[in-house]
Amino acid sequence: MAVTDPARLRAADPARAKKGLWAWINERLPVDEFFRHELTEYFAPKNFNIWYFFGSLALLVLVMQILTGIFLTMYYHPTASGAYASVQFIMREVSWGWLIRYMHSTGASFFFIVVYLHMFRGLLYGSYRRPRELLWVIGMVVYLALMAEAFMGYVLPWGNMSYWGAQVIINLFGTIPAIGPALTQWIRGDYGISGATLNRLFAFHVAAVPIVLLLLVGLHLVALHRVGSNNPDGIEIKDHPGPDGKPLDGIPFHPYYTVKDVMGVGAFFVLFALVVFYFPTFHGLFLEPANFTRANPLSTPPDIHPVWYFTPYYAILRAVPSKGLGALLLLMALVSLVLLPWLDRSPVKSIRYKGWISRVALGVFVVSFVGLGYLGMQPVEPVYVLLARIFAVGYFAFFWLMPFYSRIDRVKPVPERVVYHAH
Amino acid sequence: MRINRRSWVPVLLAAALVGVSGAAAAAAAEGPAYGSNWQHWQAHATVSDLPSLQRGARDFAGYCLGCHSLRYERWSRLGRDLKIPKDVLVQDLIPPGQKPADYITSPMPAQDAAKWFGKAPPDLSLIARYRGTNYLYRYLKTFYVDSARASGANNLQFPSVSMPDVVSPLEGLKIAVYKTVQVPGPGGKPVSHQVFAHFQQIAPGRMTPQQYDQFVHDTVNFLDYVSDPARVERHRLGVWVILFLLAFTWLAWLLKREYWKDVR
Repeated sequence: MAVTDPARLRAADPARAKKGLWAWINERLPVDEFFRHELTEYFAPKNFNIWYFFGSLALLVLVMQILTGIFLTMYYHPTASGAYASVQFIMREVSWGWLIRYMHSTGASFFFIVVYLHMFRGLLYGSYRRPRELLWVIGMVVYLALMAEAFMGYVLPWGNMSYWGAQVIINLFGTIPAIGPALTQWIRGDYGISGATLNRLFAFHVAAVPIVLLLLVGLHLVALHRVGSNNPDGIEIKDHPGPDGKPLDGIPFHPYYTVKDVMGVGAFFVLFALVVFYFPTFHGLFLEPANFTRANPLSTPPDIHPVWYFTPYYAILRAVPSKGLGALLLLMALVSLVLLPWLDRSPVKSIRYKGWISRVALGVFVVSFVGLGYLGMQPVEPVYVLLARIFAVGYFAFFWLMPFYSRIDRVKPVPERVVYHAH
Repeated sequence: MRINRRSWVPVLLAAALVGVSGAAAAAAAEGPAYGSNWQHWQAHATVSDLPSLQRGARDFAGYCLGCHSLRYERWSRLGRDLKIPKDVLVQDLIPPGQKPADYITSPMPAQDAAKWFGKAPPDLSLIARYRGTNYLYRYLKTFYVDSARASGANNLQFPSVSMPDVVSPLEGLKIAVYKTVQVPGPGGKPVSHQVFAHFQQIAPGRMTPQQYDQFVHDTVNFLDYVSDPARVERHRLGVWVILFLLAFTWLAWLLKREYWKDVR
């Protein structure tokens, strides 16, 4: 029969004979074991470059959004009559309210900047390839949850763009055949966007979605630690263990990557503070002029478009004349990203060893994505619609031609071990 | 300069008179022509220019507050930020019946306002963020006599605006002069089109053009401040935060370099 009594265990095993509070805790909660397993004896490839900062930075922004969000909740009123004024109250009368609110609003945009760079890193080095498919899929679900969170947060200040943006987004569900109209009414909780809608979006924004996000991010990290990080060479460091069984090209995450990430956090905050203190509206990109007037169901803004991080998808939605088809393409654009691990058939992971076709394809994708993002902010004009169609084709071609071009592309030889120059 | 609390009364009367006399005055057009480039006029708002903000607050209380509120800003906050002593604030800026702790609200009843102007005058707390400072600057400088309008005035930046030309006693009166241009119409046939050419001053105001320009600049500058009153503090504090973060990042880099010496 197994011995479970801590005192008898200590007597039997000299290693457990340590005394004191820390030992007492560790006998009951695996704190040391956790730190060892996940940090000091968790091995990460030593050849990470600048692209590998954005994962930890995304986690940082998540924590910052939750903390600033908690303080905003203390003064925000989730009612149609009080929301707009309460945001002004926070900006003008709550001590440091302006700082908290600008951190939160700027944080939303920085979250997407960081996440887009993090995802692009995955595209560059094939981080979604076997055995990291599930890691990528969980990451994509995090991205979807983040989009929902950002959309709901954008509605809360109850400016006129909040109102009409909510109108457009929620009406997308109306394109679903048969149940569409009833579904939108169920989501809104009213016949139109109203205080009832605002109140439920608030509930989702501050409680439901953050809980889901935290859970998913936790899963993302568990999956990461199961398979280990990829690296710019796309070589599995676990394939080259040393005599002690530890990967030769791996270094303990702590202290090497914790100190490196702290440096990244510093650099990130310099840029972040620059925006928070000097360009909080970022020329209408982060906080739009049309949202500095109260929600008005009778006055449609001349040009409705979502915040910059949604505009690539918005441009795809508008690129086709049929709303239903547009919504379907929007969905496909996201599904394509999720399916990426099964579309890439290249024998190598990293762009460093892929051939020119894959490089051109990635270039086309980036130009298309940025181009769509720009067009999503422009008014609907024939030349813009034409450009949006061209870029949409570029976007989808990257994904759906990948099974073919990634197979025929001439790849370079992959080195045995990771490329690292000590500095 | 002492501020007349009820200065909006004569201003409104003047505006009404302008409406009546506008058409007659337009017939005798002479004076300097300008404004062909109005769409490129810049406000050059500088929120750090305290004297300009103080003048702007005075001008707002004198000429705008009669109809427009700043309902999210308190008088006391304005006094503190713009360094206006409390007694000056109470004596010269705050309308009778309001206290320093009150929000800046127009004494004009909103229901009457809607009846008189066809539309209640909007609250201006966030107008500078909503419209932009250049828009406000151009708006206040492009009123012109238009007898077709009930108010007797029209505006280039905001065509068919409900607000009467309350600034004409200061700026004087001007008319819009149009020129005819040929544009390609349907089927490639050229069509004549009337476009704005320039303004023509037809009656001087109390202010010289330079003084009026300063007045508009100050007022827009003040509205820009009101749209985000923490801005001055934000700009002052930001430098120190960023300097601290740069120092922190430098230290973190040194630490990282030290640790990474072992990695080969």
